[in-house]
Formats: sequence, C-alpha cells, structure tokens
Amino acid sequence: MKAMTMTQKILAAHAGLPYVEAGQLIEADLDLVLGNDITSPVAIHEMDKMAKQDVFDKDKIALVMDHFIPNKDIKSAEHCKCVREFACSHDITNYFDVGEMGIEHALLPEKGLTVAGDVIIGADSHTCTYGALGAFSTGVGSTDMAAGMATGKAWFKVPSAIRFNLVGKPKKWVSGKDVILHIIGMIGVDGALYRSMEFTGEGVQNLTMDDRFTIANMAIEAGGKNGIFPVDDLAVAYMKEHSKRPFTVYEADPDAAYDEEYTIDLGALEPTIAFPHLPENTKTISEITEDIKVDQAVIGSCTNGRIDDLRCAAEILKGRRVKKGVRCIVIPATQKIYLQAMEEGLLKTFIEAGAVVSTPTCGPCLGGYMGILAAGERCISTTNRNFVGRMGHVDSEVYLASPAVAAASAVTGKISAPSELGL
Amino acid sequence: MKAYGTVFKYGDNVDTDVIIPARYLNSSDPAELATHCMEDIDKEFVNQVKKGDIIVAEKNFGCGSSREHAPIAIKAAGVSCVIAETFARIFYRNAINIGLPIIECPEASKGIEAGDEVEVDFDSGMIYNRTKGTEFKGQAFPEFMQKIIKAEGLINYINNQ
Repeated sequence: MKAMTMTQKILAAHAGLPYVEAGQLIEADLDLVLGNDITSPVAIHEMDKMAKQDVFDKDKIALVMDHFIPNKDIKSAEHCKCVREFACSHDITNYFDVGEMGIEHALLPEKGLTVAGDVIIGADSHTCTYGALGAFSTGVGSTDMAAGMATGKAWFKVPSAIRFNLVGKPKKWVSGKDVILHIIGMIGVDGALYRSMEFTGEGVQNLTMDDRFTIANMAIEAGGKNGIFPVDDLAVAYMKEHSKRPFTVYEADPDAAYDEEYTIDLGALEPTIAFPHLPENTKTISEITEDIKVDQAVIGSCTNGRIDDLRCAAEILKGRRVKKGVRCIVIPATQKIYLQAMEEGLLKTFIEAGAVVSTPTCGPCLGGYMGILAAGERCISTTNRNFVGRMGHVDSEVYLASPAVAAASAVTGKISAPSELGL
Repeated sequence: MKAYGTVFKYGDNVDTDVIIPARYLNSSDPAELATHCMEDIDKEFVNQVKKGDIIVAEKNFGCGSSREHAPIAIKAAGVSCVIAETFARIFYRNAINIGLPIIECPEASKGIEAGDEVEVDFDSGMIYNRTKGTEFKGQAFPEFMQKIIKAEGLINYINNQ
C-alpha cells in the first residue's frame, strides 16, 4: 500500500477505496452539507430543477442564517424566508435562525456537528475551518450544495499537500491569526491552490482549539482546498465536550508525499498585519514604521469571534477607552459565546471601554451591514479578507489582524501592538 | 462548441468581491447580478460587454468567497468564456457546475490583450487570437468534467444519470 496524507486517507475512506492519489477524481460520501442565507437560496433554486426533490438525510444538512441576519433589508428577508420554508418542508434538523444561530463556522463545531474523520462540504468558502478537528472540510458553491443535499455525495479531485511543521510556543499576544497571516504572507494567496495544508509538529500542542479554528479557517486565503490538524488530546476533549457523534482519527503515513514542507517556529512570530488589498500583504508590527490611523476596529467573524478572541480583546480593553473617533464593533460569533462573554464580564468591559457589542452576524466582514466603511476610511479587523471594497466603499481599506492588535489599535487610534499600551 | 468575442483583460487575483460585491448579494436573480458584474474593478464593464465577449485574466481568477453569484453574474452578463493562467478552486468548480466555460492557459493569458478578438474551440481546447494571428493550446478538461459541461451543468448531469 502506498503512503497517503491525512486528507487523502479521509477521502479514500469516504470513496470506499483502499487508496487514492493526488489528481484522482473520486466521488465521496458526505457527512454534512452546509449552507447560509446567501448561498442556500441559490441551492434551493437549483434543487427545484432536480428530478430528485428529497434531501438525502435531514440530519446531515445544516442551514445557518448568519450573513445578513437579523434581516438587513427586504431582499434579505425574502432570502431567509425561502430557506426557512425549505427547512420546514424538508424537516431539516439543523436549521438555525435568529435566537439559535451563530456564525456558521463557530456554530457547527460548538453544536457537535463536525468531528474528526468527517467529509464536509459547505457553500461558504470558510468551511475549511473544521479541519481544526481533523475533518476534511471544504468550501463549494450553491450547485454543489444542491447536489450534495439531494445525493449525499460530491466529486473531488484528490489534492496533494503542503506540510507545515509547527515548532515552539507563541509569545504572549501572538495567536493563531498571526500564525496563518504569517503563512499566507510567506506562500501567497495562491500558494496552496488546489492543495491541502496539513499542520503538524510538536508546536500544535501549544495552540488552543480556537487558535486552530482560526488557522484552518484561513486556509482558503492561501488558495487551499482544506486545512487540517492532527487529532490530539485537546481536539478529542473538545469533541467529547461538544458532540455525541462518533469520530474517526486518521493520521498521515510517515512516508506520505508532500509537494512542499515548511518549518515554522511559533516562538519567533510577532503580531502580523495584512495590508490592503490582499491577505498576503503582511508586515509584522515591528516592520510598520509609520502611524496608520484607523476609523474602525472590528473584533469578530468566523475567523476570530470565539471566546479566546473575546477574552484577549477584553484583557486589553479592560480599564481603557476606545479612542474618540474610532468605532469599535465586537461581535461574539454564537449565542453560547455571547452568553459566556456576558457571564465572564467581558461584555461589560467592552461597553465600558466604548465599544458596541452586536448579535452574532457576518455583517461587516463582507460589507453587508453593521459597520460599512465610507470612502477613504480604514478599518483594523479580525476578519479574513481585505479585498477592494470588501467592507464597504471601493476606496476604503481593511487591515487584517489578531484580536489583540485590533483591540490595542482601537485604544490608540492607529495600528498598534498591545506592547504600546505597556502590556 | 465555440466562443468568439472581444476580450476584457484583468490581472492577478481578481476576487469574487470585485466580480460581484456582497452589497448586491441580497439578490440571486442572474439578470440583476449581471448589472453589477465587475463593478468594483471595472465600472465600464457592464456598459461595454456584448454577448459572446471573453474575459482573460492572469493568476488565481475568482479567489475569495464561494459565492456562485460570481460566475452566474459573468454568464448572465453575456460572457462566453473566461481564460486565465489559473483559477481559484471554488470558482473553477462553480463555473463548471453552472455551465460557464473556463480554460486555464498561461500562454494565452500572456499573449492576449484587451480588445483582441479571440475564438475558443472547447472541443480541441484551442484558443485563437484573431487580432494578432496567434494560437494557444488550453488545458483540456478531464472526461468527467467534459460530461458536466456538455450537460450544461451539474444538475442536468445528475438528472440525466
């Protein structure tokens, strides 16, 4: 038997094959098919054209209303109504609307719907997040979602892989966001195009689950098909706490082939910021010599709206004030995280610092609502993309950073590390 | 199957946010999406594009969001084919799945300029620059994908099975 990567082993098992190799076209069984309020209406419309109108398994479809929710306008309301009616008529178990919803990629692991060994497709590019738990998960479009909902299968070209060997331990105020921004800066926005990003090494144990979700989440920003982590004790503990589903642990063969291998010393990383208008335009905080004033700071999203992220931001904002003239918007990613942040006093800290706290939504990340930028405005953001016009006007700018940098920058009014506040 | 049209040329990393900005994603109507196609990278595109025209770009075309609205907007705007050095993988899948012909061809990407008249033969994968009198061999699709393209999309392909 020839050697396989972790991703290849998961795909082989779901295609009913003993072995797969890079470049092979396969059809794999799906454990979960995901859609949101933007992509699902298009998928539902496609399903209407299908000869087979039933869903393959009402328990293996997740519909999460999170992008323009609570409805930002009449058209968004129509989209959500379309999905709501579909979920109701097909008795979809995992339909999450206002009151239960959260940002999909924070919500699904929390609900225990994604576990190690799964094959998951989602009509949202950040579906790659669940690789943090040792699942193969990847973003697709609405038509793939429709086909997946009807058949429970999807076609894949088996990817080759890049291995990232993580060593060392991140310094204080360096988090998963800095790790992935560093990697994207190193390999570029198409550096992992069509390929898996497999994160391994003894440094993995020094990353929290929330760090790993952030890293896997942004695999797509390097063009990756998926990002994936080994399943260690921490991942197992997370799954046991959140899920009743059985999981399967796959490990890459020791002699698996990798297109490229990189070793990254987590201890050598610094807070890292991606400048407009690509996530690969990175600089470390010490490489920034000029003052970069900000008008807005966003702390949230599927990338950085989890409890670790909010705790980190609160630690910096505690007893400090958001600078006059800066709008600081904090968005807990799920209801559970929101409640936890409330019980831990984090929300009080944010509000006393002059930040606003929003219900879970993807809103500002993609320029939907809840923090749109005017021409010439600049935002430091814990989100995942800084493309032209991403958060609003075509002449606005987004700088991507960790929650620590976003919170510190909200206080100083310019892009800053927590060290500038004496932390 | 062939395409013939005038070329709109773009560079590296044309992302789905500039192909169809999220502020218009509260609609999924192809005709409405088409009226905003390429708006944040080329305001004149929708005023100038004619049925059959061709987009040629460089690396990583369609990177970013999984929104199928991006290839839908391009197709509904009348574009007959997108040629690029490489495509982002979700856009690549989406284009095939909705029946928008795309071809990877680094040489064509380099050898074709805005305004050139270009013909594409999808059966042979040949790309002819009629303005400059040059030709390029694009990458042929695997048989499985050709079947999806011939069925004009994944849903028809599944229905036919």
